[in-house]
Formats: sequence, structure tokens, C-alpha cells
Amino acid sequence: MRHTRTVATIVIGLALIGAGCGEREQTDTPETLRLIAHESFAAEVDETTFAPFTDETGIEVEVIASDDAGTLVNQAVLSKDNPLADVLFGVDDTFLSRALDEGIFTAYESAHIETVDPDLAHPESMVTPIDYGDVCFNYDKEWFAESGLAVPDSLDQLTDEAYAGLVTVEHPATSSPGLAFMLATIDTFGEERWLDWWSEMKAAGIDIAPDWDTAYYGEFTRYGGPSPIVMSYASSPPAEVIFAEEPLDEAPTGVIEAGCYRQVEYAGILEGTPYPESAGQLIDFMLSVAFQEGIPLTWFVYPANADAQLPPEFVEHTTIPDHPTRMPSERIAENRDEWIDQWVAVMEG
Amino acid sequence: MRRRVRWGWVAMAAIPTLFIGYFFVYPLVRILALGLSELSIGTDGVESRLLRVGWFTVWQAVVSTILTFIAAAPLTWAVSRYEFPGRRLAMGLVTVPFVLPTVVVGTAFVALGWQESIGAILAAHVFFNVAVVVRTVSTLWSRIDPRLLDAARVLGASETEVFRRVTLPLLRPALAAAGSIVLLFTFTSFGVVLILGGYQYATLEVEIYRQAVDLFDLPLAAALAIVQLVGVSAALWWYSRYQERTAVAWTLERGSNRMRPARRTRVGVAVAVIGTLAVLGIPLGVLVGRSLSGPFYRALLTDDRVVGDPLAAVGNSLRFAVVAMAVATVVGLLAATVIASRKGRVSRWFDLTLMLPLGTSAVTIGFGFILALDRPVDLRASVWLVPIAHALVAVPFVVRTTVPTLRAIPEETRQAAAVLGAGPFRVWREIDLPIVSRAALVGAGFAFVISLGEFGATSFIARPNSTTIPTMIFRLLSRPGEVSFGMAMALSVGLAVITAAVVMAIDRARIGELGTF
Repeated sequence: MRHTRTVATIVIGLALIGAGCGEREQTDTPETLRLIAHESFAAEVDETTFAPFTDETGIEVEVIASDDAGTLVNQAVLSKDNPLADVLFGVDDTFLSRALDEGIFTAYESAHIETVDPDLAHPESMVTPIDYGDVCFNYDKEWFAESGLAVPDSLDQLTDEAYAGLVTVEHPATSSPGLAFMLATIDTFGEERWLDWWSEMKAAGIDIAPDWDTAYYGEFTRYGGPSPIVMSYASSPPAEVIFAEEPLDEAPTGVIEAGCYRQVEYAGILEGTPYPESAGQLIDFMLSVAFQEGIPLTWFVYPANADAQLPPEFVEHTTIPDHPTRMPSERIAENRDEWIDQWVAVMEG
Repeated sequence: MRRRVRWGWVAMAAIPTLFIGYFFVYPLVRILALGLSELSIGTDGVESRLLRVGWFTVWQAVVSTILTFIAAAPLTWAVSRYEFPGRRLAMGLVTVPFVLPTVVVGTAFVALGWQESIGAILAAHVFFNVAVVVRTVSTLWSRIDPRLLDAARVLGASETEVFRRVTLPLLRPALAAAGSIVLLFTFTSFGVVLILGGYQYATLEVEIYRQAVDLFDLPLAAALAIVQLVGVSAALWWYSRYQERTAVAWTLERGSNRMRPARRTRVGVAVAVIGTLAVLGIPLGVLVGRSLSGPFYRALLTDDRVVGDPLAAVGNSLRFAVVAMAVATVVGLLAATVIASRKGRVSRWFDLTLMLPLGTSAVTIGFGFILALDRPVDLRASVWLVPIAHALVAVPFVVRTTVPTLRAIPEETRQAAAVLGAGPFRVWREIDLPIVSRAALVGAGFAFVISLGEFGATSFIARPNSTTIPTMIFRLLSRPGEVSFGMAMALSVGLAVITAAVVMAIDRARIGELGTF
């Protein structure tokens, strides 16, 4: 029995240590704000990321890591009655309408919102755009130079005989860029014609990869695969330059502007936080020029604040598409499952 | 006397019961109750897909398990029966696939051109799980009393007959243990199926994720989770009855009884060991080759401008692994002692419940944590949840590796000790512990590498931000560029080396006669 008691004491002791960091004083300005974000964001946060915010306000920022954007929103919905954090970052258009329907956010208009392209902003300020990224076809420059084939500049052109078997995209049900590109084709061709394009591509031997890593590092000619055209991001060519083994003057890959889809990531104050004002300050900080200028080289997406300067690699080695496709969150939420079913019926039927 | 013994068991059962109750049963009940409260009967249009998914889940798990046994047989035989130079190294190497992140193995398989087919899924399942069979079975096999075999030979049995009528029946509990673990692992396969199978080959696990996370259909996800639980429970119920029925008490040797192979069998042993490692080594060779195509190991020693310091990730991973191993070993060993000593319904349910986390979808458990663990203390985003989730998956390994050994201790030995005046704890410490320590070490080793490999158990847990080896590999692989890819491969090889080293160290460790645990 004595053994049991000792063990029980240890277990409870450990639990209390673990819980200790969760308990907070009920004052207007907290010592710590909690920011819950998807893994891709959280993994890149270090002690310097929010140091300027802490210096200015005296508030520490504790980052809680979730998995992908879908898991993140689900966790926020499930903990609605007793929020896990004060601020959530990383919800995109795919999951935004679900989050808004569940009422997990409280409205906040950032002091820096006028620096943001009105197209990106939410009309009722329920969430604040922090960054955006364009999902675009990338092509292998060396492969095209050697083959003499022209780089295609429209989606229709990809159905030509000449490009048969040269294209890899991700699956819309298992991959975020895959879903983005499916939405791009719906936006480009309309609900009447989009499946026709896909069935022509199927006939032309388009390759479907389950996720981005497999498409890029498995199927792309640059990494020894068979496809010189893969669905990736507009920021991939600058990343190729920055993470090259030998310094490069020019990006080895390029972006095809046709069929690009713009993904916007938002931050929001979680309903029920005891510190809505401080939470607002944190969102302002994330939209400030100082934080925004660090975004491209850390997360490889573009700053929402138009005053933020892009690093030279992002200016020289890629293009921001002029007219990327986009789709309202409600329309995605309403139709997504059905579209995927239709897509699967055509591509795997 | 009798009363005291019983209280001892209650005390022993309390810790595993509290652990599994608070960190598994309660969150599971909360999330399923929430899902089912919103369930409307008649989710039309989904049935045919779900039936297909359910059928695929079952048959691929059964076939994967059978194939894993076939693939593991030669090596298991060699390392159990024979002592040869490099035996520990072989045991270390065979564990490496078990710990590698699915996404890394996925890229290796894709590079070899094995993808989007059932063959690739089955091959990957075998690749990951061979270690489970080799390690679980050889623990018991190497300690079969050679006099039993000699007796059979003296009575005129041929070598085949000795194997079939003596060795095999004695091994049955270990075979069943390994089989149940591999079956559960493949039944709930997620990453492998997603990467190598594509959308058309979804398991229940994949479908639960899709319904819950992507489509926000929590009711349907909950219903599927219940189907998954029922399937897993049925298999486990049958298994635990089987194991109880077939367990034979026989004297286990404290040490192993491996012998030097005779000249004639030396070739067989060499072929079994080298052949198995060579086949498992093909995907690993791809990783090593790619990791060496640039100065990527040097890059691991410096602080990457984006993903941070890889060495810090190694430190985090090791810390989590030590805690997870400690928790899983204590909980698992106590539970195994209770299970092995009590036959009947209660013990069977207890055993089954402890095994369930291995057969429950990670999404279900992760979301259950969010609902359930905010009171009395808010553990929802606590740093302790990560090793606890790892331990939940690891406890079944400790239980499964130790129960067959514990069951094999004849009750008379314990009674003799009791007659001589030993209390229940003294009996456990002086009889059970020394005999079971070898098997417990194997279980502890699994717990350690399970934690190192993450296994997706933590994906759906909100957790403080700390980078581990698998999450860093995942981050590197989701970023374009030669250096990103090379570093991911180099870090994977690093993970493989750490795994092999840890496993070899554990195999070498000797637990003293008593007390030093």
C-alpha cells in the first residue's frame, strides 16, 4: 500500500507541474497570451519571433501547436466552452466558414487593416488576414530547355498531346494544394465544364500524387521523377534558390501563372478569452511591418501587409500571379464534398 | 494471508486502471458521446464506400500480418536459436524500419517506383512490422529449456517434429502476441495507406480522419470509430481467450540458450540474417544514398535559419522518449502482472482495454483529450500529454511482451516463496521481476522507439511548441530545395542510427538479480 501511495503522490505531483503553466491571474493584461496555430507555423516559431511584442507590451506569447488547418479548427470548435488559447492563427478559406458558423471568433478590426488589400480582408472583421500563398504549377527549366517544348501558359494547353504524361497534381481529398487546384479549375472553367477538362487530362495521363512531398520530391524531374510540371507554390522557386546546395544565380524552376489559386491565412481572437484587448494587440503585431517582413523567409508565403518589403529572392525568382483564382469560403464548405466525389468519379471511375 | 494477497493485486491494478481510465476511456467516451448525440440515422450515399472501406481495412490487415510472419520467420529463427557475431547488430538494424516516419519511407518507396498499389501498402506494412515479430517471438524462443527439446529427440522425434510438437506450442503465446500487435497496427494504418495507396484504398482510420477533420462530420466519424473499436475488440477478445487457453507453464531459463551454429547450419543462419537485412535495407539504402549526395550531415550540426537547431530536436525527442518509456514500463508491467495472475472475465476485459489504444484512431483520442482533459486541472495543452500519448500506444507492447513470460512462471514457484514467508511484493520482486525483466526490457525498448518515431499519436493533440526529430523531418520535407530534402534524409538516417544504438544498448543491458529496476 505504501508503494501505491508514493506512486500516486508522484503522479499527482507531475500533473500539477504540468498544469502549473496553465493557471493564470484574472487581470486585464495577462502575463502570457496563448496562440494556437497549425504545425507548419508553430514549428518555425523560436524565442525571437515574438520578442519585440513582449518587449513592447510585457506579455509573453506561448505557442500551442496543432496539426493541419482542419485539425486546428476542429480543436477550437471542440474547446469552444473553455478555449484552449486566446488567439488562433492559420485558418484558411477552406475551413473559415465552418469556424464562423460555430462562432469561435470574436470580431476585431486591426489597427493595421488599411495596409491590407481589401480583397483579402474579411467584410465583418471576424478574422484578420496575415499572409497569403499562391498554389501554382511549377516547371523544370532545364527539362524544358533540353526538350525544346514551349512552357504552357493556359490550362487548356495542358490537354495537348505534347504535354501528355508530363503533369503531376495532388489529390484534392488528401492534399491542401490538391484541393486548391481543383477549386482553381472550377473557378476557371465553371461548374459546367471543369470536369471535362479533368477527363481530358486523365486521357492525357495526368499523374495524381497523394500529397505535396510525393509530388515534388517523388515525381518532379528536378528530383529524378518523370514530370517536368508539378503543382506546387509560387514561393517554391525562391526556396529552391535559398536552399540550393551551390549558390544559384537563377531559380532552376519557374511558375506557370495559369491555374494559380490564392490561399489566405487568417488570425482571429477566440470567443471567451478573458483578454480580448491584449489578443487584439497580438494580432496588430502579427500584421505590423516588422513581423510581416519576416514571413516570406520563415514560412514561404507572402505578407498580407502591402507595406512590407519582399526579400530579394522573392522579387527576382518568382512572379505573383496577376489574377489568381479564389473562392468564397461558404461556397467551398457547401460544395467541397460533392465536388471531390464528382472528381473521384471522373478520375478514378 | 489470502486477504493480503488480494489487496496487493488491487493496489497493482490501480495505477494502470487510473492511467487508462483517465487518459483513454474517459476522453473516448466523451468524444463518442458528443458525436453520437448529433447522429441522424440515414447518412445516405455513404454506405457503399464505407462497406468497401471496412472490408479493405480488414483484409489488408490480415494479409499484412500473415506476410509479416512469413518475412520475419527466417531471422526470428536465426537470432533465437543461435549466437553469432553481429547478432545484436542485426537485432538493432531490424528495428530501424519500425521507427522511421511514414513520410520518409513513403518517399523511399516512391523513389523505387513502388506506389499507389495494394502491393506497395502490404510491402510497407511488412517493412515496418518485421521487428515486432522478431523481437517479441525471439524473447521467448531463445529461453526455451533445451532439455525439453533433447527429451523429444531422445524419444525419437525428428527435428521437424520437435519444432512442430514442442517448440511451436511453447511459442504460441508469443506468436499470438506479435500477431495481435501487427494486426492492430495495420488495421489502423494511416500514413502508409495515404501515401502509398492514394484515395482509392482508404482504411477506416483514413476515413475517420477525412470525415472528422475535412468534412466536419463528427457524428459519422464517431460511428466509424465505434465500428473500428468493435472490430478491434472482437479480435482482441478472441485473442486473449486463445492466449489463456494455450499458455503452458514451463520453466523458463533466466538467460538465453543460444548456441553457436554447427558448420552445417551456419550457411542457413547467414542466409537468413543477411537476406532479411538486405531486403529491409533496400528502402534504407535509398535514404542513405540521398543523404550522402551533399554535405547534409554537416548542415545538421548548425542552426538552420528556418527549422531551427536539429540537435535541439534530438534532445527533445530523447527527453520525451525517456518519460514515455518510464510511464509505459511501469504501467505495462503492473498491468501484465495482474493479467497473468488472474484468469477470467475481469482480467480479460482489463487486458482488452489496455490494448485498445493501439487499435483506436489517433484523431478520436486526440479530439477526446480536448473535450475531457480540462478538469480538474487543464492538461489539454500540457507538455506531459505528448509522452502520455506515446505511452498509451506503448503500454500494449510492454504488456504483450511480458504476459507470455509471466504466465510461464509456474504457480508452485510463487507458492513456495510464499510458504517460506515472502509477502506478495517480495514474491513479485524476487520471483516475477527477475524472470520477466528480460521481456520487460524488450517492451521498454519498443516504448522508447515508439516515442522516438511519434507514430502520429501526437498529431491531433494540442501541445506546446517543441520540435522533435519526426516533426523536423516533416517540416524539412514540406519545403522545396535540395538542402531541405537532403537534410530530411540525413536526419532520418540519424534517427535510424539512434534507434539502432538504443536497441542494441537495451539488448546488452543486464538487469541484476533483483531490485535494481
